[in-house]
Amino acid sequence: MERAASDQVVVTGVGAVTPLGVGARTLHERWSAGACGIRDGEAPCADFDPSDFLTAKAARRADRFTQLALAACAEAIADAGWEQELPYGPERVGCVVGTGIGGISTVIDGQDTLRERGAECVSPLSIPLMMSNAGAGALSMRHGLRGPSFAVSSACASGAHALGSAMRMLQCGEADAVVAGGSEAGLTPLARAAFGALDALSTSGISRPFDVRRDGFVMGEGAAVMVLERAELARSRGALVLGTIRGYGASSDAHHLTAPRDDGAGQAAAMTAALVDAGIGAEQLDYVNAHGTSTPLNDRAETHAIKLALGEHARRIPVSSTKSAIGHLLGAAGAVEAVATLLALRERVAPPTLGLSEPDEGLDLDYVPGAARPLELDGERPALGMSNSFGFGGHNAVLCLEGA
Amino acid sequence: MSTATSEEQIEKLVIESLETFGADPDLITREATFEALDIDSLDLAELSQIVHESYGVELKGSDVAEVKTVDDAVKLIAGRV
Repeated sequence: MERAASDQVVVTGVGAVTPLGVGARTLHERWSAGACGIRDGEAPCADFDPSDFLTAKAARRADRFTQLALAACAEAIADAGWEQELPYGPERVGCVVGTGIGGISTVIDGQDTLRERGAECVSPLSIPLMMSNAGAGALSMRHGLRGPSFAVSSACASGAHALGSAMRMLQCGEADAVVAGGSEAGLTPLARAAFGALDALSTSGISRPFDVRRDGFVMGEGAAVMVLERAELARSRGALVLGTIRGYGASSDAHHLTAPRDDGAGQAAAMTAALVDAGIGAEQLDYVNAHGTSTPLNDRAETHAIKLALGEHARRIPVSSTKSAIGHLLGAAGAVEAVATLLALRERVAPPTLGLSEPDEGLDLDYVPGAARPLELDGERPALGMSNSFGFGGHNAVLCLEGA
Repeated sequence: MSTATSEEQIEKLVIESLETFGADPDLITREATFEALDIDSLDLAELSQIVHESYGVELKGSDVAEVKTVDDAVKLIAGRV
């Protein structure tokens, strides 16, 4: 069933800062070309210089996760043609930014100061920089967005939940446009030790989703932001529409603090809900952007989930993992991968799962190993895809996207 | 407190702090208002902390709330040290 025109949510701007460089198109082009942003077992945004985007004052008022979000947002706002002025009343423009952890560097610095120099030396900027909503607050202030703004947090599903929440805000009439995405900057000794203690991190330092040798995820950092608008308003202002968020589905495993259900049923429920929300059948999908973390547990459960949700079509559809090229961006991953998915659909290509040479037993989908491949589409119709995001705590969020 | 702490030393500390907070060095004068320098309540909270660490003097929020210019701040601190 086609969604009522008034409920359609379109994407008019995208921005990203990732381990493959600054820029959403940079992410798409480099990933599609088989480039990998992982160095020495981690995936930092090495090309990102905050001073390119922020005054000295703004930079010291922002944790790195907020700095990354501000840079991604600036690109998305410019992409949407909003640089000079907002096309809507500022009170009608919202902002939702997901993060898994928030300002972890600020927390660590504050703790170090407390220990070494005493309570009276802890910076008054500590709380406003560490809080999970600092990214959303900073974007709202920078661009004068006066509609509803807040953070969402669901570990590694945060970015997808943020976009889904933004979509719902638009559909229920709370806003005419929402600037939404996710950001994370967790490359700290504490996060390394903590994820390492869970045996979640790759000890080989290689991200190779679905491969028999996969041994955990590679931690990365970054941010992505989309400008979302109510479709009829975007069209009436003559905006260039990049694509549509066709559907959003979310569920919870209610199973385990870190492990997914073996059978992937919780994840499949979110995928099915997203298809129903989009009003499309599984067989209409052209591409799946997997959560694909390169952990033994995720890649097996997700493969089950894709089969459960898509049935026979699961065996015909290309499924690839952005994390093979940029590692796991945690709370930013869902937003970064939604941007990557949308641009891939626009270019009608399935970017590759890098590092995959021997799929694990039972992991028998078409994971697009090695090199990008054109999507097989009949005629000129727009390409439809799905982006999966799953988080510790059993949170599942799935977006259905259509490239314009 | 040390009698060696002159108003000039305090001024130097305040100006260095304001520069650290991101104020434009070319705009910083004794007469400049904090509003013109884009210095807000969070910056003043940091300044209070620096003053405390440097001189052992505690400035409360109600003290700095009345401070509008660089000169106000220097005089307030000089009156306490």
